[in-house]
Amino acid sequence: MTEETLLKVENLSKSFGGVNAVENVSFEVKKGEIVAVIGPNGAGKTTLFNLVTGVIPATSGKITFKGVSIIGKRPYQIASLGMTRTFQNLQVFNNMTVIENVMTGSHIRLKTGILSSGLRLPNVYKEEKEVMQKALQCLEQVGIADLAFERAETLPYGNQRLLEIARAVAAEPSFILLDEPMAGLNPQESRNLVNVLKNMRKQGMTFLFVEHDMETVMSIADKIVVLDYGKKIAEGTPEEISSNPKVIAAYLGEEEAI
Amino acid sequence: MDNNLTKIYNRSLKGPLIFFVVIMLLPFIFQSNNYILSTFIMIGFYSLVTTGLTLLIGYAGQISLGHAAFYGIGAYTSAYFTATLQMPSWIGILVGAIIASLVSLIIGIPVFKLKGHYLALATLGFGVIIFTFFKEWKTITGGLNGFFGIPPLSLFGISFSTDFQFYFLIWIFVFLGIFFARNIVQSRVGRALMSIHGSEIASEAIGININKYKLQIFVLSAVYASIAGSLYAHYVTFINPQLFEMMTSIYFLIMVVIGGIGNIWGGLIGAAIYVFLGELLKDIVPKIIPNASGEFEIVFFGVLLVVILIYMPNGISKAIFHFIKRITSNFKNKPVSAFSKKSTGSDIHD
Ligand SMILES: Nc1ncnc2c1ncn2[C@@H]1O[C@H](COP(=O)(O)OP(=O)(O)OP(=O)(O)O)[C@@H](O)[C@H]1O
Ligand SMILES: [Mg+2]
Repeated sequence: MTEETLLKVENLSKSFGGVNAVENVSFEVKKGEIVAVIGPNGAGKTTLFNLVTGVIPATSGKITFKGVSIIGKRPYQIASLGMTRTFQNLQVFNNMTVIENVMTGSHIRLKTGILSSGLRLPNVYKEEKEVMQKALQCLEQVGIADLAFERAETLPYGNQRLLEIARAVAAEPSFILLDEPMAGLNPQESRNLVNVLKNMRKQGMTFLFVEHDMETVMSIADKIVVLDYGKKIAEGTPEEISSNPKVIAAYLGEEEAI
Repeated sequence: MDNNLTKIYNRSLKGPLIFFVVIMLLPFIFQSNNYILSTFIMIGFYSLVTTGLTLLIGYAGQISLGHAAFYGIGAYTSAYFTATLQMPSWIGILVGAIIASLVSLIIGIPVFKLKGHYLALATLGFGVIIFTFFKEWKTITGGLNGFFGIPPLSLFGISFSTDFQFYFLIWIFVFLGIFFARNIVQSRVGRALMSIHGSEIASEAIGININKYKLQIFVLSAVYASIAGSLYAHYVTFINPQLFEMMTSIYFLIMVVIGGIGNIWGGLIGAAIYVFLGELLKDIVPKIIPNASGEFEIVFFGVLLVVILIYMPNGISKAIFHFIKRITSNFKNKPVSAFSKKSTGSDIHD
């Protein structure tokens, strides 16, 4: 594993009116790492993702990706730097089939524009064949290639999550943010997804993910960032976090109490 | 895994070609019946507009209630360049398309910051502004008195002065328009447009510049409308501002919705249904209600629109395509199991 920093978040804050959803948060993600963000409901995890991917503007702070400041950049510009994501509240394209969803994910890798497609130039057909092949590979990677030609909206919840991951992967990003990828998956599917993520990491992918399922977090995270009421209350390896009294008080304690 | 593109996109040219041949043969049957020819010519103008609008509304999910303005820009530009400036027809068509694209670009940049009802209202307002221009810029448009004496269209040294001649011209334009649009839909660009409709936030998150695509497709749909308007002006030889009023924009929208969003043939089918039903109404209504005014048309199509939205939200084209598919698959005697999954057969983009 290299020590190269991929994402650097410094003193990042976001407030909605009076609510400090994210407050003065700093952390780093190194290339090839799997970093988990955990915290109770409403801790600011999704807001943090929305800030990093440019969906909402930060109130203050710095975000650097691959050494470039991405503050103020549009989400599509950030994506073209090699960062894609999935959504906690599913955002599959319901008006398409599964494979088209994934083919859309390859958008930034393709060239066809309005004129070349409209005139049906020969290279468009070639590109289309390639992107379809690529999409099938991505679907195979997450294990739903058999559903390729179904309408996306007909997929059960768990498979829609996998579809979002396949779509995010299709852009060949170097960094993927997953917002609760295991939510709605059964234990078997969760274990499969853990393996999928580990495989992707071996191929050089870096992940930042939000997850409530502690077993998953402990089994794949290299590092954990803990948020509570928008503030980072701890950061460290799974072992460090599970023995951190602050975390136990804020989060793990709550889990164990159930 | 089968990586055959035909499982997603019906790129076959067979269907469109058969249809094209039928359309091209039709006038030889009705050669002496100008009523039928002119009805089909009107369908042609509308189809061209609604095909562009289908890309914008049906695929990208962006509404426009101002496209009569672009139709009018094409019409008045052609009228002005050919009648007033005595220039060849193709220059009028070209300049009209250029003006329409510039205007749509300028209006599109602020307008696409809006969504849904606000976008509908903004485009409606834009249509009213352009209508006012047509009405008030009398030195060029002739104002409410109208623009007279637009010469017949002449292209490549051929003059299209009879309905019989014009029929071929307009339908060649329609088919080129549908062909171009269909190719766009079956590509990266089509998927980008559909993704905007599906989820803007997800679309941007995979690197799609949604504002750019909204603008591009708005401009393209404006060009479709403008070309249709240019041809229309040459065909009727007299135009006035009322032809390009708000109601016309609303009828365009009704055609697109009736025909079916999300199918590239929807515009043509909607235009045909609109024109045929409209003609039928003109025949029938006076017999039932002797003193009915022209208002019945908007009432009728308004009701039809609501009924379609409730019972066939995908429009009539979807139903027609299902029907055609059923017939052709029966015809070829294919067992039903030839379709591996129930949805594969019907979700191909025609
Ligand atoms: N767009 C918004 N406008 C106003 N408040 C918001 C907005 N988005 C989030 N919040 C608030 O910010 C806080 C953090 O929300 P966020 O969704 O980031 O939490 P989370 O950690 O992802 O929670 P969960 O585990 O439930 O997904 C919450 O109090 C939430 O109500
Ligand atoms: Mg969340």
